[in-house]
Amino acid sequence: MAVDPLIELRDVNKYYGRLHVLKDVSLTVGRGEVVVVIGPSGSGKSTLCRAVNRLETIESGRITVGGRDLPEEGKALARLRTEVGMVFQSFNLFAHRTVLDNVSLAPVKVRRRSRADADRRSRELLDRVGLADQADKYPAQLSGGQQQRVAIARALAMDPEVLLFDEPTSALDPEMINEVLEVMRQLARDGMTMVVVTHEMGFARSAAHRVVFMADGRVIEDRAPEEFFTSPRSERARDFLSKILTH
Amino acid sequence: MNVLTDNWSLYGRGFLGTVELTVYASLLALVLGFVMAAFRAAPVGSLRAFGTVWVTVLRNTPLTLLFFAVLLGLPRFGVVLPFTLFAVLALGCYTSAFVCEALRAGINTVPRGQGEAARSLGMSFTQTLGAVVLPQAFRSVIPPIGSTLIALAKNSAIAGAFSVTELLGTYKTLNELGYGIIWTFVWIALGYLIITLTISAVFTVLEKRWGVAR
Repeated sequence: MAVDPLIELRDVNKYYGRLHVLKDVSLTVGRGEVVVVIGPSGSGKSTLCRAVNRLETIESGRITVGGRDLPEEGKALARLRTEVGMVFQSFNLFAHRTVLDNVSLAPVKVRRRSRADADRRSRELLDRVGLADQADKYPAQLSGGQQQRVAIARALAMDPEVLLFDEPTSALDPEMINEVLEVMRQLARDGMTMVVVTHEMGFARSAAHRVVFMADGRVIEDRAPEEFFTSPRSERARDFLSKILTH
Repeated sequence: MNVLTDNWSLYGRGFLGTVELTVYASLLALVLGFVMAAFRAAPVGSLRAFGTVWVTVLRNTPLTLLFFAVLLGLPRFGVVLPFTLFAVLALGCYTSAFVCEALRAGINTVPRGQGEAARSLGMSFTQTLGAVVLPQAFRSVIPPIGSTLIALAKNSAIAGAFSVTELLGTYKTLNELGYGIIWTFVWIALGYLIITLTISAVFTVLEKRWGVAR
């Protein structure tokens, strides 16, 4: 699968003070691939995800997107981020703007589209995530699942090459998880490149091309989901899976 | 009691002087305070340092000393301006430090994720601040900025000591004319109340107006 690498991490190290959160992490994500990152809390998986669009800086190693190194803070980084969409655990919808404005804001400000064009496209995207009728509400008036679907539409509005999901369902009530996962599955079927940090093993099994298992800041396993779930190689992964799959 | 009616034009000029100082210095303070707050939140180290020094120096210097520095110091470097303009500069710069800190407190009330979401959509620092962070910070900074501008109105009295026409300074003339000190000051105090209560009212309206924005 990984013939055309879109994201490459080489020997990435990241510290929070003295805490070594990413240890020589290397990872390649091919165009059109869906990579699910799983692992216990504190294993560095969220940090890894956030490092790809430089919301977290790294101390050593290389990260390239589309063959180019991540730029320093500035215009070039802003341009790169338009290509790398991000969906957060806590949605982070702009609280002072309507759902439609949330989706249209970046296309208008960054892509310089006209308001009318951006709004038309935003309504299509909201329709795609099943929220066309909520366009004029404020984020606080929506359920968590709806907010997260708006956040996905907002990320899609920039036509990114890849979408990063940082535990997109971890802040949701159980009954809302599926509506978000369904949107993500559809994206995966449409060929979107995705890096998904999650605890949803069902999603990993059904939608991922590869599962990356992290523990203590290292990538321990990087394999096809079926292989990983049925016969994990490492003791650490066996231990992790036994804890989450048997409860 | 008739000190006001007898000296209507003297009071009037003093009152307008204070209004003028307050309005211009407020505008300067708001603009400078805004710029300094942006500096202090910027991802560029030198800008942050500049903002910090600005606030530290101006906030921790007595305003009278600042007046001396501006009115007596600047002419030594060849900067000669009308005294009123000097006073506006001193008042505006001094107050900008407080406006900056009020704005910064407001920025800190906006969850970090809001800025992260904006940046991850490719928005620049200025766009993130202008379209996402400040509009949300605005609501919570209205009351403290109101207080700061009221303080500015009252601080403008110091300008009177540097021969700028303003409200408090009128007492000297009135005193020389032999009017009783009590009524002189009652009318002066009333003048200040008109200005400060107007500022309060404006900010109450702003707070109501923007309080329903979400």
